[in-house]
Amino acid sequence: MSNLENKPNNQEMEGLTETGKIKKVRIKGNRNLVVSLLAILFGLIAGAIYMLAIGKNPITGYYFILSGGLKNLERIGNTLATATPLIFTGLSAAFAFRTGLFNIGAPGQMLMGGLCSTALALTLNLPQYLFLPVILLGSMLSGALWAIVPGFLKAKFNVHEVVSGIMLNWTAYWIVYYIIPTYFKAEYLETESAMIPANASLKVGWLSSLFQGSFINLGLFVAIVAVVLIAFILDKTVLGYELKSVGYNRHAAEYAGISVNKNIILSMMIAGALSGLAGAAFYVGYASNMQIGVMPSQGFDGIAVSLLGNNTPYGVLGAAIFFGLLHSGKGFMNAMTKIPPEIADTIIATIIYFSATSIFIERMLDALKRRKRGAK
Amino acid sequence: MWDVITSISPYAIAYTVPLLITALGGLYSERSGVVNIGLDGMMIVGSFTGAIIINALQPTMHDTAIWIGLIAATIVGAIFSLLHAFASINLKANQVISGTAINMIAGALTVFLARNITGSGNIRINAQSRYSIPILKDIPIIGDLFFKQTYATTWLVVFVLIISWFVIYKTSFGLRLRACGEHPHAADSAGINVYRIRYIGVMLSGACAGLGGAIILVTYSGEFNGNVAGMGFLALAALIFGQWKPFGILASTLFFGFASTIANVSRVIPELAEIPSVYLKIFPYIVTLIALILSAKSSQAPRAAGEPFSHG
Repeated sequence: MSNLENKPNNQEMEGLTETGKIKKVRIKGNRNLVVSLLAILFGLIAGAIYMLAIGKNPITGYYFILSGGLKNLERIGNTLATATPLIFTGLSAAFAFRTGLFNIGAPGQMLMGGLCSTALALTLNLPQYLFLPVILLGSMLSGALWAIVPGFLKAKFNVHEVVSGIMLNWTAYWIVYYIIPTYFKAEYLETESAMIPANASLKVGWLSSLFQGSFINLGLFVAIVAVVLIAFILDKTVLGYELKSVGYNRHAAEYAGISVNKNIILSMMIAGALSGLAGAAFYVGYASNMQIGVMPSQGFDGIAVSLLGNNTPYGVLGAAIFFGLLHSGKGFMNAMTKIPPEIADTIIATIIYFSATSIFIERMLDALKRRKRGAK
Repeated sequence: MWDVITSISPYAIAYTVPLLITALGGLYSERSGVVNIGLDGMMIVGSFTGAIIINALQPTMHDTAIWIGLIAATIVGAIFSLLHAFASINLKANQVISGTAINMIAGALTVFLARNITGSGNIRINAQSRYSIPILKDIPIIGDLFFKQTYATTWLVVFVLIISWFVIYKTSFGLRLRACGEHPHAADSAGINVYRIRYIGVMLSGACAGLGGAIILVTYSGEFNGNVAGMGFLALAALIFGQWKPFGILASTLFFGFASTIANVSRVIPELAEIPSVYLKIFPYIVTLIALILSAKSSQAPRAAGEPFSHG
């Protein structure tokens, strides 16, 4: 058994001796990509089995998911709009993962970001070029502040961030549940906020009309900037290096003079700011007002996005668009084939199970490789 | 005030019981060294299984159907938890990630199946009836609090609680279970099969969580709707709040039960109607956070919980 586990390392070493360091990195990168793609393939096969199990044709099912997500410009725009909050929450989860933290508090941070943007949008009245940056900054700040709590508790008291994150999710849920109807009530309904004014919405006229009236909004561009920025921070800065070292080995990092506690809090703050932006992208971008009594599933899906994207910013971008496609195509598929739309979530969950158990796939790849070598 | 407490007590206990049994399940898993964040998903699977079985059998069997549903939910919960056991014990996957995947699969797959069966994704059943226990209900104070308007499943869970305490602290299996969670390599060198003990721990947690989910269904909910309102996560917090001890868990889940019920009925209690309900709603979560901070220094967490073990 131990022999099998050492196998990937051996291969890395082989690469290293052949053509130096770069080759090693490339082998590892390719391998992760292959594992992710295989996880997707297995997930899609499992999805086909679920569809067969309820007596539906998986080929038509997948055909309608794809055409529902990509058939025309409007649907492509909706796919990208669905993916936008997922890019943010995926980045948030990935950033925390790289520091060895599990940011399950993303839904709460997203709610706080959304609440802050909704509050700003409904109280201030600024020209659009000023209003949107203010709203985005507000959502980032409130997400970051909300995430300081689990970061601080982890650093100072060693309270596990998963449990404190879950407690804070429900706290945020009830705060929104109270504040929206009390201060920002819609005209008729008690369960949602008033409509976001046009000059505070991330949906802008030229973009919507470019995509034939879809939900696509400026959040997408902010998300892409965030991907590039986070990739830069992680790979090219001292801060990123320190954060990653804390993630790899807390004790070694401490020994090397890196302040572990500071980096844990900082990492949670940045992750929280990203989830806060997801809140802005969803509540004042994709949607036109804030509903109460809903824990945003995008927060949890961010973990899935991050895992599938191998915790790298560009991987997150790809994974978020793929999940966005599944989510935006499922409604059309449901309308055309009567397959329940939950098939999309089921496929995503199965993909995550396979990427969580990627050792299984890696062993399979190793076995294949060995057989190939044996044939030579 | 006393009237208020006795009148909400049956509701608070009904809310406590599924939380208690699920947290006890988490206890078995974590004591064996496997963190089980998938409790929520396992509860959903239990609730779904119970709903399907009871919905199908109730027209002909009435009350027996409920018990068959509960048993089925327990078994299916245990089988479903094998996914988590396999990932975290054999494949040494990150247990938190595997648990998250379990939650996602459960939430999506059960609604997918339910929609296919009933069309709406919801499955309704007739809940258990409450009854007061003769003689005991007449004891002053305690009788009013605990023995009036009870569900049969409550007593089942109290029984499981006592058995769990006995098994964990007084049997050789319990000693082995705890050893695997504290120091699996030492347990291994003493000839204990760590993999087997951990499998049993995880499957017991799946069974208890499945039962917990089904209890929600047959008591206060009466309907499967694709989630258990985050009760599995709350059970996880109760497990930590209760410091990984059976009676500690009883205390923490009772606290959650009463705090949440008070928050839910605060509008009709004159003493509490003044306080904005949001404070009462977030009260249990904030107190848990504070309790976690206070207990962090002297945490009784199983030392090897979350760490994969590989033999030899």
